[in-house]
Amino acid sequence: MHLHKFEKIWLVFGMASLALFLLITGFAAFWKGTHPQSHIETIDPQNVEAHEAFKPENLGLQEVADGKYTVNIVASAFNYDFGTDADGKAVKRIRVPKGSTVLFQITTKDVVHGFQVAGTNVNMMVEPGHVSRLETVMKNTGEFTVVCNEYCGVGHHQMFAVVEVYE
Amino acid sequence: MANKNKKQNQTTPKESEISLKGTFISVMLLGVFILALWFGSYALFLSR
Amino acid sequence: MMLKNYNFTKKESRLYMSFMYVTFASLLIGGLMGLLQTLARSGEFQLPFGINYYTILTVHGVILGLVLTTFFIVGFQFALMGKTVGISDKQLKWAWIAFWTMLVGTIMAAVTILVGQANVLYTFYAPLRAHPAFYFGLALVIVGSWIAVFTNFRQLYVWKKANPGQKSPLLAFMVTINMAMWFIASLGVATSVLVQFIPWSLGYAATINVLLSRTLFWYFGHPLVYFWLLPAYMAWYAIIPKIIGGKLFSDSLARLAFILLLLFSIPVGFHHQLTEPGIDPTWKFIQVVLTFMVIIPSLMTAFSIFGTFEVRGRKLGYKGLFGWLRNLPWNDVRFLAPFIGMVAFIPGGAGGIVNASHQMNALIHNTIWVTGHFHLTVATTVILTYFGMAYWLVPHLTGRRLTPKLNKLGIIQTIIWTVGMAIMSTAMHIQGLLGGPRRSAFSNYMGGEQVETWISYQIAQAVGGTILFIGIILMIYIFIQLAFFAPKGVQEFPIAEEEVDAEPTPLILENWYLWIGITIALILFAYTIPVIDIIKHSPPGSIPFDWPIGR
Repeated sequence: MHLHKFEKIWLVFGMASLALFLLITGFAAFWKGTHPQSHIETIDPQNVEAHEAFKPENLGLQEVADGKYTVNIVASAFNYDFGTDADGKAVKRIRVPKGSTVLFQITTKDVVHGFQVAGTNVNMMVEPGHVSRLETVMKNTGEFTVVCNEYCGVGHHQMFAVVEVYE
Repeated sequence: MANKNKKQNQTTPKESEISLKGTFISVMLLGVFILALWFGSYALFLSR
Repeated sequence: MMLKNYNFTKKESRLYMSFMYVTFASLLIGGLMGLLQTLARSGEFQLPFGINYYTILTVHGVILGLVLTTFFIVGFQFALMGKTVGISDKQLKWAWIAFWTMLVGTIMAAVTILVGQANVLYTFYAPLRAHPAFYFGLALVIVGSWIAVFTNFRQLYVWKKANPGQKSPLLAFMVTINMAMWFIASLGVATSVLVQFIPWSLGYAATINVLLSRTLFWYFGHPLVYFWLLPAYMAWYAIIPKIIGGKLFSDSLARLAFILLLLFSIPVGFHHQLTEPGIDPTWKFIQVVLTFMVIIPSLMTAFSIFGTFEVRGRKLGYKGLFGWLRNLPWNDVRFLAPFIGMVAFIPGGAGGIVNASHQMNALIHNTIWVTGHFHLTVATTVILTYFGMAYWLVPHLTGRRLTPKLNKLGIIQTIIWTVGMAIMSTAMHIQGLLGGPRRSAFSNYMGGEQVETWISYQIAQAVGGTILFIGIILMIYIFIQLAFFAPKGVQEFPIAEEEVDAEPTPLILENWYLWIGITIALILFAYTIPVIDIIKHSPPGSIPFDWPIGR
């Protein structure tokens, strides 16, 4: 089989580019720990309250240390449960200061959902029986819409919240 | 003699029959586009 | 060596045309749904008669993604096989059985969706439960396609027996590769539908393993997109050179590219599941590496195509670095439509590399960027190439010809499609990078600046979608003309030949045991351990949910 000289150069260039992409993503993933979220932990979807993080009183935003936060959420069609505020109203907006480290933990009681804090790298599938977990540093200020980005039924587009990052 | 042989070889290489220079430039431009898009996206990913 | 091509009998032509009728009927129905979606999501229009957005979204995905593509591909591939290796009466009968099985399955699934019993989108993720008829319909479509698979295999086998020692015709080889890939891949979704979904939807099984069903779906889901793409590659490698008056760039390299596509299209499904919680990230990365391998044959294809054009142009005496571009038959729609498809594959393919880049997937996962991506790849690259084939295939089958007037309409159609898709797809890509989700009805969410920006891009998508629908109407008109009204005549079935002094093709390229063996080995390598993990560490199964989809 005959390869033209130019085709050889092109294929070497192309494959080297692909190898470079893999090196960069591989280095980031295996040495810096920035794998896409893959928490592996399982849970009984019909009894999520049995898990410490998803007890009703533990839902929503908690400051666990200086500049470190945890956000626990239970998804269900068609709502994100961030717990309730002091007046007993459902929380739909959480606020964290810029530069804080936030751990998002979320699971679902029913069907598959998505959880994306649009405009950030927080983007996870949420599947029954599994806990999705991602820690991130909120680098930029602004109002970020939380959307369910996996189809979960006819009210899918009604599933939302807001994460506000302030200076 | 050796010199002559070399010349003869040069007149019959398969690759220079038809130039593929335009093809080469085209695919390399395509490669540059791929690199630019990938690194652009990666920069956006890192900034978030 | 010149290969003999077979002339179609009336009976054969009727078979191939039947697939085309379903293809273009699907285009009209699915395209209308697409128009309604973009209009509804612009926020400026409401769907009439209380039609649910997700019903039309399901129809759009199933009819265009599964029905149009599968019918065109199976029909087109039957025509390629009939032309290059011939078809016997018995094989013809089996081909008809394949057609009717697929059609009955399609109608079952379509009716179930239209009556609102299957608002589950074309990916039908558990534990949303559609009516069992939806799953039975899908199973029939797959089984029907398998009948076509084995009929195609048989066609090549019979030809090989009759032509001992000869290499198979290039197009027949390519069809066989695509069908082998399709069969191996669809075993995954068939297992999921038959073993998991059907018993569970009927109530015989109380729960379903959601992650396993998704893994089986995506084991099929990525080769599915290559199943769409390979017929376009067949056209680019082996048909377009004839249309521009040239020869094959290289028979061996074309076969090698197809073999690489067979090897690396399947063990890569995890790149659709990168942000899922239950899969080990190391195995995700291994499949990302394999995904990058499947890019290589496309790099080869790019070189071959440019090379075909340049060789032809230079032979005609065009000089300079890009002089050969001037030789190309820009006013021939059989060339122009697939050419635009090739161009669209540059951003389409490059975007695909971004999508598959492990953690970077979080940038775009399930955003409307992805929708923009596959509207470039399948809805431009693939579909414009299919249209480009239809312009000569349909009149060839109906004994008519592509008149200059219809050719001109085809060129206008191609331009309309290009403009509409450029607007729609670009808007989708940008909105996706800004975080806008795919597969969602219009929503203001909680308001704010971010959502306002998304909506402005949704309006642009409605503009693009409307232009595309005009293109669809025009394409349907051209199809009807070519099928029933164009003047009688002879339309060429273009198949490119090798250069007279082409190098012989190495025999190893046709060693099916070897290539299918490596394919299976790669699949076992990529999937065995993670699937055992998924089964061993599976959480309690999921009960079915009917109410979220309005059942």
